[in-house]
Amino acid sequence: MGDVTRIIITRLGLGVLTLLVISVLIFGAVELLPGDIAQAVLGQGATEENLRALRTELGLDRSAPVRYFDWLTGAIVGDFGNSLLTQSSVTDTIAPRFANTLFLAAYAAVIAVPVAIILGIIVALLRNTLFDRVANVATLTSISSPEFFLGYILILYFSVKTGMFPAIAKLSDDLTFIELLERTFLPALTMVLVVVAHMMRMTRAAIINLLASPYIEMARLKGTPAWKVIARHALPNAWAPIINVVALNLAYLITGVVLVEVVFVYPGIGQLLVDAVTKRDFPVVQACCLIFAATFILLNLAADVGAILTNPRLRHPK
Amino acid sequence: MADDKRVLLKIQGLKIEGYSDEKWIEIVHGVDLTLHRGEVLGLIGESGAGKSTIGLAAMGFARDGCRISGGSVEFDGMELTTTPESDRRVLRGSRIAYVAQSAAASFNPAHKLIDQHTEAPVHYRIRKRMESQEDAMELYDRLRLPNPREIGFRYPHQVSGGQLQRAMTAMAMSCRPDLIIFDEPTTALDVTTQIEVLAAIRDIVDQFNTAAIYITHDLAVVAQMADTIKVLLKGDEVEEADTVTMLDDPQEDYTKTLWAVRSFQRPQKSRPEDETVPIVTIDNVDAAYGQTKVLEDVSFDIHAGMTVAVVGESGSGKSTTARCITGLLPPTKGRILFSGEELPASFRARSKDQLRQAQMIYQMADTALNPKVRISDIIGRPAEFYSGLKGAQLKNRVDELLDLIELEPSKFYSRYPPELSGGQKQRIGIARALAAEPSFIICDEVTSALDQLVAEGILRLLDRLQEELDLAYMFITHDLATVRSIADEVVVMKEGRVVEMGPKDVMFTPPHHPYTDLLLSSVPEMDPNWLNTVLEERGVDNIGEAART
Repeated sequence: MGDVTRIIITRLGLGVLTLLVISVLIFGAVELLPGDIAQAVLGQGATEENLRALRTELGLDRSAPVRYFDWLTGAIVGDFGNSLLTQSSVTDTIAPRFANTLFLAAYAAVIAVPVAIILGIIVALLRNTLFDRVANVATLTSISSPEFFLGYILILYFSVKTGMFPAIAKLSDDLTFIELLERTFLPALTMVLVVVAHMMRMTRAAIINLLASPYIEMARLKGTPAWKVIARHALPNAWAPIINVVALNLAYLITGVVLVEVVFVYPGIGQLLVDAVTKRDFPVVQACCLIFAATFILLNLAADVGAILTNPRLRHPK
Repeated sequence: MADDKRVLLKIQGLKIEGYSDEKWIEIVHGVDLTLHRGEVLGLIGESGAGKSTIGLAAMGFARDGCRISGGSVEFDGMELTTTPESDRRVLRGSRIAYVAQSAAASFNPAHKLIDQHTEAPVHYRIRKRMESQEDAMELYDRLRLPNPREIGFRYPHQVSGGQLQRAMTAMAMSCRPDLIIFDEPTTALDVTTQIEVLAAIRDIVDQFNTAAIYITHDLAVVAQMADTIKVLLKGDEVEEADTVTMLDDPQEDYTKTLWAVRSFQRPQKSRPEDETVPIVTIDNVDAAYGQTKVLEDVSFDIHAGMTVAVVGESGSGKSTTARCITGLLPPTKGRILFSGEELPASFRARSKDQLRQAQMIYQMADTALNPKVRISDIIGRPAEFYSGLKGAQLKNRVDELLDLIELEPSKFYSRYPPELSGGQKQRIGIARALAAEPSFIICDEVTSALDQLVAEGILRLLDRLQEELDLAYMFITHDLATVRSIADEVVVMKEGRVVEMGPKDVMFTPPHHPYTDLLLSSVPEMDPNWLNTVLEERGVDNIGEAART
């Protein structure tokens, strides 16, 4: 196992390094804005005096590297400073929103990942049949439709016409878990529809790609039934690409949900980010970006490690 | 052997079609075949003869893109061509088993050997899992695998090629089938490993009185294994006879040419008497891939106009030595000299003229030629690069090179590699090497991917070019028949070291270094009793031991 541990530690180190580079980019991007934060906040009518006062208050009179270091050390312990608008702690503002987003993403993932993989296996088994084509066209249609469009269609059929699920996913503290699931079903379903196609097609392609291998022919020549050839002989060797595309889609579920949140009025981090951008609340924007980046890196890291762990050559060295 | 005279498999008028270029083309044109219980039939022919396709058809199986289009395949009274696939499937693995050419590719890398072994018996409810595991260990023992109780719990990549091939034979035996199809089971193995696998296969087939179809292109191998031999050519039967008759008295011309292939031998040249400077000198070279040392203290000379054959098993450092000479892998120690002049270790530091001196021809002409580039450019590019030829001069030079390799310039000038046969592609590879006007060419297993007749053509061509252009060859091969036909001197390598070297006649006459002896005696001969004799000489029980000492 020495090899695997070493690889994982290396990847982890690279992940941290990437995150560091991204933090510089995020900080630098705000620095590059014309004028400075004080100017941006106070707008054109600001007097010199007001500006100076705000700069001192925000610590903008210090040099950029010093402020970056300050921000970074704060971020490491979870302190992203205070919101420019509400003056409350950024961490306290983001935490409940991010939890909501994670919940919705997990909800969608729990449905989407098994459905995509099982569907992928089935279409690989029934490749080039009618079922394969229908599944392909259906999932392609859902991936090519914009999320807000899918969301409104679902609202139209599932809440306006049949009233099965609520159209608005507003949350309150007194909801039971079941109520929570019911209320967030439509946004979750919208996201499922968006991500299933990609994962299913990759599963199908990864499996079919292996079907020409000599060991698959061997399995068939041992009289192994077709479903078992796929499930037992092809799938274990197809995990690496599948895991990668799953991770990519999970990351999308967390970072790409703004539109869905807007459509269903769901209090997630996406909405918060949009609000913060329009209101120039830079500490919140920076914190959101850093969280998104960390999510991406962490999930890709997990995918890499997962792919490594499915490789018998690495798990069982000579 | 075949004392039980009941017919097990009867194939009549078998026709098989393959799908290519949007239409079905017949690739097997009505072949008949009868196999009795316990009998071993050898199917022999060049690539494209339809051997594997017929072997698979005996299981009622056609690869994707192939179909059985006519004739009958009757296995133990059951007509396979009309039986539904679900009924045919249950025969596979249980009553008819298959042993593939490359065991390394045919074992699933994700599962332990023993789990793949027990799959069929458990699936068919012939044995319980634990019983089947016990049985596997017993079979491993009978096939003389080391640590038979433990080896099955390894993954395929943890086991050597020869051992995998035996484990695959054990797997084929797992349900005690009536018939096993062996599809070139030893082609990918070194001679010393091949002999162990051959002996193991023959023993086990004897012990269980299993019938077998043994597919190979190697006559000497089939002579050891088969009771009857059937010769195929392009999907047609040429002739069939029992092994002894077939070897002593082949009837058809085609069979006779197959038998005669190994006869090409050119006279051996010896080094110049006086102290001329060799074209290439490898002087105390060490090399490593990362931390792994692969060459240790390798030294030998190659003189102008001579062929030095470098032989050894896979992993012995033959190709690595070539990489050191060409500068692709700079040695960690030692020097490479061309005509007495020391070359920079890395090809990057060598001048154009130094690079021109040494050219390479590769084993797989398929992958060594860019399929999207015209022949004229493949050959023209080095001619332009090294000699600065342009326009009409360049075209003349390409034509001249095509003439030299006996391909009609007007026909081949503007074609692409995929339109060429294997032998023609290899000729283009030769022309590309000649375009640089080198004095020395490294031939890396150039004939091992080719059929014997085609390979002989290439050897004759290389020999003629050597005469005309006074070329020196370093001939990397594991095939001692090739060495016999064209080498002047032989270098034997093992585990990154030179074990023995000298002129060919000396090397082929005893006494040898024990390893050379092992290599030489492991090359199958056309005598049906050869395997028995060798096994007797070595003492059956320590077969393979010799390979490790």
